[in-house]
Amino acid sequence: MARYFQPEIETASREKILEIQNEKIVKQVKHVYENVEYYRNLMDEKGVKPEDIKSVDDIKKLPFLTKADLREAYPYGLLGTDIKNCVRIQSTSGTTGKRVVAFYTQHDIDIWEECCARAIVAVGGTEEDVCQVCYGYGLFTGGPGLNGGSHKVGCLTLPMSSGNTDRQIQFMMDLGSTIICCTPSYAAYIGETLAEKGYKPEDNKLKAGIFGAEPWTEEMRRNIEKSLGIKAYDIYGLTETSGPGVSFECEEQTGMHINEDHFYAEIIDPDTGEVLPEGSKGELVFTSLDKEGFPLLRYRTRDICVLSREKCSCGRTHVKMSKPMGRSDDMLIIRGVNVFPSQIETVLLNEGYTPNYQIVVDRVNNSDTLDINVELTPEQFSDKVSDTQERERKLEGAMRTMLGIGPKVHLLPPKSVVRSEGKAVRVIDNRKLHD
Amino acid sequence: MAIKQLSVFVENKPAALNKLVKILADTGVNLRAMSIADTKDFGILRVIVDDAEKAKAALSEETIVSVTDVVAVEMADETGSLSKILDVLGSENINLEYMYAFTASKEFGAYVVLRVDDIELAEKCLNNAFIKTLSELDI
Repeated sequence: MARYFQPEIETASREKILEIQNEKIVKQVKHVYENVEYYRNLMDEKGVKPEDIKSVDDIKKLPFLTKADLREAYPYGLLGTDIKNCVRIQSTSGTTGKRVVAFYTQHDIDIWEECCARAIVAVGGTEEDVCQVCYGYGLFTGGPGLNGGSHKVGCLTLPMSSGNTDRQIQFMMDLGSTIICCTPSYAAYIGETLAEKGYKPEDNKLKAGIFGAEPWTEEMRRNIEKSLGIKAYDIYGLTETSGPGVSFECEEQTGMHINEDHFYAEIIDPDTGEVLPEGSKGELVFTSLDKEGFPLLRYRTRDICVLSREKCSCGRTHVKMSKPMGRSDDMLIIRGVNVFPSQIETVLLNEGYTPNYQIVVDRVNNSDTLDINVELTPEQFSDKVSDTQERERKLEGAMRTMLGIGPKVHLLPPKSVVRSEGKAVRVIDNRKLHD
Repeated sequence: MAIKQLSVFVENKPAALNKLVKILADTGVNLRAMSIADTKDFGILRVIVDDAEKAKAALSEETIVSVTDVVAVEMADETGSLSKILDVLGSENINLEYMYAFTASKEFGAYVVLRVDDIELAEKCLNNAFIKTLSELDI
């Protein structure tokens, strides 16, 4: 029996959803035009007035926003309301030194948490459940989002945050967690650790897991399901639009329902910006429909996917998106953290290194590894081993501050970073993340 | 007189050292002393050669090479020789960064190459203690 957190909207007719969207987009565009100077200027440049947007069909007339705009407008340039109305920020990586900061009013938090609550109910969550949230808490949206959703459903919430796997397992066993929320790689790691400790999959009380924040394959899904003895569900979101819960999987597991009463999705050609017909593979673009603090219109996610309006057996009527099949930019997701090669380049230049580097990403024992090979210049070379090791440590520290995750830095002789036909190969990703 | 040591950055991977040593051989440079310091990622090859400039030019085609002034000390090949040298340095509070030693033959005794923080002071006090330091001409 399918259950819904907000059945009326989650199973509303197509017409009803459109009606809600049309009503909301008019208000949202007006709100943005009146409150966000940065976007007002973009609209003026394009010659679009709020009156031109009468329904979601008109969204295609609006200018796009990209991560570059977020950097340009940092920190308050895209704020949609007075700061006194905001109650929270969350943050994610920017493309260089500046991070993306998103602002939330209480209304925005409520919507976000409701979206997460829908995801939890979709995997079978009720007030009877014990929901163990082992996404990171803090600036990262994973922990706070699922934590809030779990409260809204009425689950007993275990705000574990990430790491300390022994304690995760102890609480899981002692308190009988039934739902687990974390990155898929951490779920796989917990599964492995359970087996090492001699637990069988049936020894835990878990029934479902909600996994997201990084790409994962169907093969990983099967492994996690087997090792934890659960059904594993995907969840999608990004800080720019709120966080996890923008879309989520239902029991059918054939894509993630986008919460269309809050987010309008388009698929565009990443090169031309042209909106593509339904069913096409392209870049996902989101327009928020009822945000106050950080309303983004036509935000380009850079995620490549396909939308489907095929009838879903779960009864939900909201459009489904496929798992992201790749990126239209060079962003990497490493241990759930967004990493841009440009961030790494910024650190190297700040620290006096050449921009000759190579990023090697791999997955060892279900955990992502990040190695950065950097060419040393003759001026930086010392005959003392300790000097060079100190350089590596210092660079690792600067990278950790910039990226939010710790890489291993390797200093190499000049000209040793592999070049193919004169062009440096910046990123080698040895993980197999897409089916 | 300090002598010139070449410090050569070497990647820690198979055949990396041989590649550099071959370059020296092809250039006709003779190795007089060498030592290698290794880490997980890289090594630093330290060599004393008969023609430092020529060797540096050739090796620089391949990797980073720097010239470091070091003190080379001649000592008797017998018990306690090294300790005597280190006593002198220690009493003057000279810090030893690294060192390596080699013996030439019974007849000529042993040599130790010292990398210190104050090379002038080190040579001065070693000479004052009647310990012979080598010059480029001796190499």
